[in-house]
Amino acid sequence: MAERELMLARQGWADALLELGEKNPKVVVLDADLAKSTLTCLFKDKFPKRFFDMGIAEQNMINVAGGLSLTGLIPFVATYGVFVSGRAWEQIRTSICYGQLNVKFGGAHGGISVGPDGATHQALEELTIMRVLPNMTVLAPADYYETKKAVLASVEINGPVYIRFGREKTPAVTKPDSPFEIGKANIMQEGEDITIIACGTMVAESLNAAEFLATKGVSTEVINLHTIKPLDKNTILNSVKKTKCVVTAEEHQLAGGMGSAVIEVLAQNLPVPVEMVGINDTFGESGTPKELMRKYGITSKDIIEKSLKVILRKKSNS
Amino acid sequence: MKYPIRLTELELQQKALQMRRDIVEMTCAAGSGHPGGSLSAVDMLVVLYNEFLKHDTEDTEWEERDRMIFCKCHITPAIYSILARVGYFDPKMLLTFRKLGSELQGHPSRFSPRGIEMSGGSLGQNLSIATGVALGLKHQGKPNRVFAMTSEGDLQEGQSWEAIMSAAHYKLDNLCALVDYNKLQIDGNVEDVMGVHPLDEKFKSFNWNVLIIDGHNFDQIRQALKKALTLKGRPTAIIAHTIKGKGVSFMENQAGWHGKAPSKEEMEKALAELQLKN
Repeated sequence: MAERELMLARQGWADALLELGEKNPKVVVLDADLAKSTLTCLFKDKFPKRFFDMGIAEQNMINVAGGLSLTGLIPFVATYGVFVSGRAWEQIRTSICYGQLNVKFGGAHGGISVGPDGATHQALEELTIMRVLPNMTVLAPADYYETKKAVLASVEINGPVYIRFGREKTPAVTKPDSPFEIGKANIMQEGEDITIIACGTMVAESLNAAEFLATKGVSTEVINLHTIKPLDKNTILNSVKKTKCVVTAEEHQLAGGMGSAVIEVLAQNLPVPVEMVGINDTFGESGTPKELMRKYGITSKDIIEKSLKVILRKKSNS
Repeated sequence: MKYPIRLTELELQQKALQMRRDIVEMTCAAGSGHPGGSLSAVDMLVVLYNEFLKHDTEDTEWEERDRMIFCKCHITPAIYSILARVGYFDPKMLLTFRKLGSELQGHPSRFSPRGIEMSGGSLGQNLSIATGVALGLKHQGKPNRVFAMTSEGDLQEGQSWEAIMSAAHYKLDNLCALVDYNKLQIDGNVEDVMGVHPLDEKFKSFNWNVLIIDGHNFDQIRQALKKALTLKGRPTAIIAHTIKGKGVSFMENQAGWHGKAPSKEEMEKALAELQLKN
């Protein structure tokens, strides 16, 4: 399998905040006592007056950020995905999204690969509960470079943006100069027989799966769906018109997540066989990231199995 | 029109009566809404919007304006009435309250009508918003004041205390919270449903200044607001003892009038009471 540099996506978040801090004096950052973990501590060191510690009180933090935005500032709030998207969900719904407030959310520690902290800290629901909100933009970038670009691009949107990233170092699957546009999915490799649509850490797993499938004579198209909302329907449909079968892959609950967003589009426009890789209606547990990804069925091996299965389904249909 | 202006006692009384008439008429026309807590807040709003808030009804984005954030957003009859009566929009629009397509939503949207600073309706959230606005203004070195109208129901929400904690932590002396303390909520007496007493001690222990007034006494409201503007280093809470349903005899101190509209007959009865007494 291709050798890829291992990098922290959250470092991409932090580096982008530093860059924005230099460029735009309106950018401010809030954290709920997790600055060392979300790496907003780097912004705090550089711009102490533009960093607000809000203590362990996420609901207040989200709405204080909303209030800051009403004075023309551009607040970025960070904490673990579970707490920002879950604990403060109704604050995000009613104050931020209904009010169309210009607040950016950094949902750190997304996914089961959070590891030993266990189920309470493994955010597996954010894509579902964020994408259901009107006016919200939802991003799940694939690696360090893409997370950095996502954060930089988020200030171009005058409204709420949720950016999900994980805890562990993950393989860099994009390059510093790879294109990134919110709402425009990236085709990582072209293929004819099957489309794999993935986001976040699952993009690397999908590329590994595609590499293996190639040795079996399967030509795989891999789409990096870094923007869950607004969804790039055209890229998805154009690919599937060609391949006529799909595997979705996400480090997230299957119900309502990225894969669900994809099949909502397919079912209404181009019904084809689909198999889904993701967390199947269960909580996680403590373990190493690798152990957990294996146990919960979200590795390249799982993507390969589902790919072979969906190709068989396609063939039996025709 | 630019505010603040100074009004006579008689003018304040007239304006408060007009608002109370609006509240009764709006809720009757809508067939729903929240008259009780609207009526208890009227006197404070009349003083605040006329005599204290720096604002310009011609320019809702005026940089120098003070910010009024409602935490108890169910009192839209009172909110829309004061905005219309100070000149943000035609009072004729008040009777469209809660109707399909109306700018006057059951709970306010940030985008309509003119003069609303923030959406709201879910209790516990907007004291945090007010804290953020105060923090943002202070951070940018701006002198604008932030006023927030809350209530003991709003203060039952845990998030309100997170906001109170953080406003004191950041020493937001540009923030003043008015507590419309009318002692009743939907299910009955506040102290039976979920006691909040003693509110003054709670605010004090969270490092706020506390002023206690009769929320229906114009002079006390005026003096408290004047004092709040001078207190430095801490946010100020004005705890205003009020009467739910104030001004309409059969609504006063009745929890049942929290979220119930008067019938046509009840409206006529209420309007007959809401006359200037000689």
